[in-house]
Formats: sequence, structure tokens, C-alpha cells
Amino acid sequence: MDRPTVVRISRIVEETPSTKTFYFKYAPAKKAIPGQFVMVNVVGVDEIPMSLSSLGSEETSVTVREVGQATSRLRELSVGDTLGIRGPYGRGFVEVTKGNILVVGGGVGMAPLLPLIRRLCRKRVRINVAIGARTKKELLFIERIRREVGEKGRVLVATDDGSSGSKGFVTTLTEKLLKSKINMVYTCGPERMMRSLYDQCKRSGVPLQTSLERYMRCGIGICGSCNVGPYRVCKDGPVFNMEQLEEVAGEFGKIKRDVTGKRVKI
Amino acid sequence: MPVLEVDVAGLTLRNPTMLASGVLGTSAPMLVRVYRGGAGAVVTKSIGLKPRAGFPNPTIAEVEGGYINAMGLPNPGAREFAKEIKAVKKAGVTIIASVYGFTPDEFAKTATILEEAGSDAIELNLSCPHVEKTGAEIGSQPDVVSKVIKTVKGVTKVPVFAKIGTSYPNIPELARVIEKSGADGITAINTVKAIAIDVDTKRPILANVYGGLSGPVIKPIALRCVYEAYESVSIPIIGVGGVRSWQDAVQFILAGASAVQIGTAIAKRGLGIFKEIVTGLERYLEDQGLKSLREIVGLAHGE
Repeated sequence: MDRPTVVRISRIVEETPSTKTFYFKYAPAKKAIPGQFVMVNVVGVDEIPMSLSSLGSEETSVTVREVGQATSRLRELSVGDTLGIRGPYGRGFVEVTKGNILVVGGGVGMAPLLPLIRRLCRKRVRINVAIGARTKKELLFIERIRREVGEKGRVLVATDDGSSGSKGFVTTLTEKLLKSKINMVYTCGPERMMRSLYDQCKRSGVPLQTSLERYMRCGIGICGSCNVGPYRVCKDGPVFNMEQLEEVAGEFGKIKRDVTGKRVKI
Repeated sequence: MPVLEVDVAGLTLRNPTMLASGVLGTSAPMLVRVYRGGAGAVVTKSIGLKPRAGFPNPTIAEVEGGYINAMGLPNPGAREFAKEIKAVKKAGVTIIASVYGFTPDEFAKTATILEEAGSDAIELNLSCPHVEKTGAEIGSQPDVVSKVIKTVKGVTKVPVFAKIGTSYPNIPELARVIEKSGADGITAINTVKAIAIDVDTKRPILANVYGGLSGPVIKPIALRCVYEAYESVSIPIIGVGGVRSWQDAVQFILAGASAVQIGTAIAKRGLGIFKEIVTGLERYLEDQGLKSLREIVGLAHGE
């Protein structure tokens, strides 16, 4: 049923100064795939879409950065408090089984990429991860990802202030990485970063999968709030492939619709 | 092949299926996708004179046999939305603009802007059950309904349909008022005012508490309203409420509808539903040895 199931928060992990992960038991998450999302109802405040940052029926999670009313209330919650969850919804990442992979995450955009990286590491792939953040302390999941990747590839870092890795945008790193043979790129993060990466991939002829975010209401493909071009982010996405991104190139990284449906600049 | 083309108050539709208002109709590319996917026409989300943010989430909850929603009429305002209609018309799509207002004058101003943008018809939302001082509150007062229709008809040339709900219980009387006021057709019905409550939080699920019930659960009520309206007036009727198969569509047409609208079913069946229903209707007419869909409109009423 597309209505919130009340769950109890079992564990809270402070990931970075601005990010927390909330763990809870939600049986339908057993079948979820990386990139899918759930609608999280912060009862009495708001219901918002959030990517799953870990999957499984015993313990699943969402990772939250404070950006609005709901996320700010969420961050105040304690173990034992309740949330309403429905989903998982949407189309997740399509996993390749071999080749040279590049995963690019910016800020809290690492959330859906963590379970993806875990799964890819079990396959016959070489995996490069490029992580961007404002500053060293905001590098999300960095230690866990370094452990997961291990000998299977490398983890590169870019920070705005240069406190870790190279100073500047993560897309400076990917520009160089895309010069060697890459078979698939996965990304989630600020949309303008993903747009730059898309332009790089297009020039290099490398396929890309991105996870997009839009204001959402129904989450089930009928209200039209999250339309991007002819697609619904909640149902046709949130993960889009190169062909779909080409179709919506006029909007991707440039235009979104606000809460009234008006087109506004990103 | 039997003819599925229908005429609704002078508006020619390639088939009798339409995208219902409130569903997906927020942007030009999506409206074009739905039309190309097989709909005979598309109806926009309800548009008002000024931008409106709608209600906070949760705005939807599933219940047995349907959904309850309270989006709260979010829309960017008529002048902004006119751009979407222009883009839709460029693609050769038959489009009906759904219009709401808080006064007859607002309805008229909005309808004028959307007609100028290229809308093929106007559907007046006289039945949204979850926003105060518009929709169903207007629909429950036949004198106000009449005033809205007359004011809009005074300034528009395209067909004007009045979309009603169940807030005014006497459908035959309301239908006659609508016809007398000059509307070109009646769309029946909107969602039905309802509430969903959660046993764990012990509170209503929707932020707005009240919402509108849609889906198969309201179909028998919608059929009854279409049937009653058909008995009472001679203007065409568009049936809506829980249509998810060609059999449902046939039932509405037999009750007196010239066309049917589809909305909630898209959640479970996807956008392929228009083509599915159209194919089913074609096969039904063939099996029945009928040449045109028009032959079965209102047949449930006998001679």
C-alpha cells in the first residue's frame, strides 16, 4: 500500500558535522536496489523523498543533510522516535558486471552510491571512486568506501578548500580519469556537477547513469510535480541513462520546477 | 475497423479517452507524451489566476480500492502556464484547460488567458473537494455554478465543460442548471471528499486532513452520476471515476458518457493504459457488430 508504514529509529550515526544516518527496520527494503528511494514522513512536518543509503530487511537507512523543514526536524530525532516510510520507489542504477567503472559523488549525493559501490565491488570490475565535498570533514562515507574498494581500484578526493585531496571541483578529477578507458560512470550529487560530468562523458563517448532530484508529492507517477521533460523522476527515474539525459538536456542541470510548477533556474 | 472518433460539443476526439485533470498535466512534454501514448485528449492540472504552492506533504495515501489526495491545486498561474499550452498545441495535441477560481471573474479571466494560448476547450473545476472557497464549495451552490458558467461563456468561444462532484446531492437538478446556464458539456465526477487515518500515529495521514477519494472504489458512484445526468440533459457528458479497463469505459458510455477520463489507474497500470483501453473498445465494437462508438452512448437507458 502506498501509505506510510510507521517505523522506529534503531540507530543514528553522525557521519559528518552536517550529515546523519538513520537506521530502521523496514521489510520492503529487502528487494530495493541501489538508487531507489523511499518517501519519509516526518509526522506533522513534511514527507520527502530520500535515497536508501543501505539496503536489507533487517536494517535499512537514509542519510540526511539539513536542507529544509523536514530534514531539520529529522536531525533532531532520537533512537526510538518514529518515521513513516513508503516505497521503495523508482528505477535504480543498472549494474554492470565487468569493466572499468567510475563512481562520482558530491556531498550527500554519496548516499545512494554507497550501496551501489558495495555491490559493484563483488563483481569483476575495476572501480574508481571520485568524491567531492566542501571540506575534509564533510567527505561522506570516505573511510567505508576506501575499505570496500580496497585492491579493486582507487578512491580520489577533491575538496573546495583543499583540506583533503586536490583543491577544487570533483569534475577536475573526472576530466583526467575519463582520458583512460572507462565503461560506465555512475553519479549523484549537485545537479550542476552532474551536468558538467555529463558533458565530459558525452565528449568522451562514455555512458553515464545519474540520479536526479526534484520536488515530489505522490512518488508513484501520477501528480506531475517531478516532471523533467517527458519523464517523471519518481517513476521513470530517479536514475536516468545517457539517452534519456540527452532528451532532457535543455533542463538537466539548468531548469527545475518549483512547488507551483513554475520553471526556475538551478 | 469500427470508428472510435467522437464529437463532444463540437470538439472532435480521435478516440474517447482523455487524461483526467490533476494527473501529470503540469508540463508540456508530459502532456505530449500522454497524447502520443494514445489518449484522445489531455486535460491540464487545474490552473488559477495566481500561482499557488498547494499543500505540504503528505498529499496522498492509498486506501482499499483507491487513493485519497490533497495536492491543494498547486499551479504556476495562468500567464505562466500559457507557455505550456502553446508548446502542447505546437505538437498538434488536443488539449483541454482545467480552470479553477475563487470568484466567477477569476474563472473568466483564467479561461480567457488559457483559450488565447490555444486550449481547445475549457473544463471548469467546480468540484475539487479539498480547497476552501472554490471547487466543491462552488459546486454545492447551483446559483454560483450558474454564475460561473455564464461569466465564462460570456468571454470564451471554445466549448466549456462543467466538472461536478458529489457535494450537491441532487445531480439531475444540478445538471439542468448547468445546461440552462449555457455550458457545452458536463464532466462527472471529481474525487469524493474523504479522510485516511493511521492507527500508529493516531492522526489523519494527509497534511490537509481532508482529501479527495479516487480510483475503482468511486466508480459505481460516478456511473450513477453520469446515468442521472444523461437522463436530465441533452448536452454531452464526460465520465470519470475509477476507469482502469475497456469494460469500465464501456460501462460509462452505456450510462451516457460520450468520452471517459483516466487518472488514478496510471499509478498501477502505467501510461500504456490509454492504448489498452482504445484497443479493447475497438475489439468490443467489432465483436458486437457495431460500426461506431456513438451507437452505444446511453444504451443502458433503453429506448
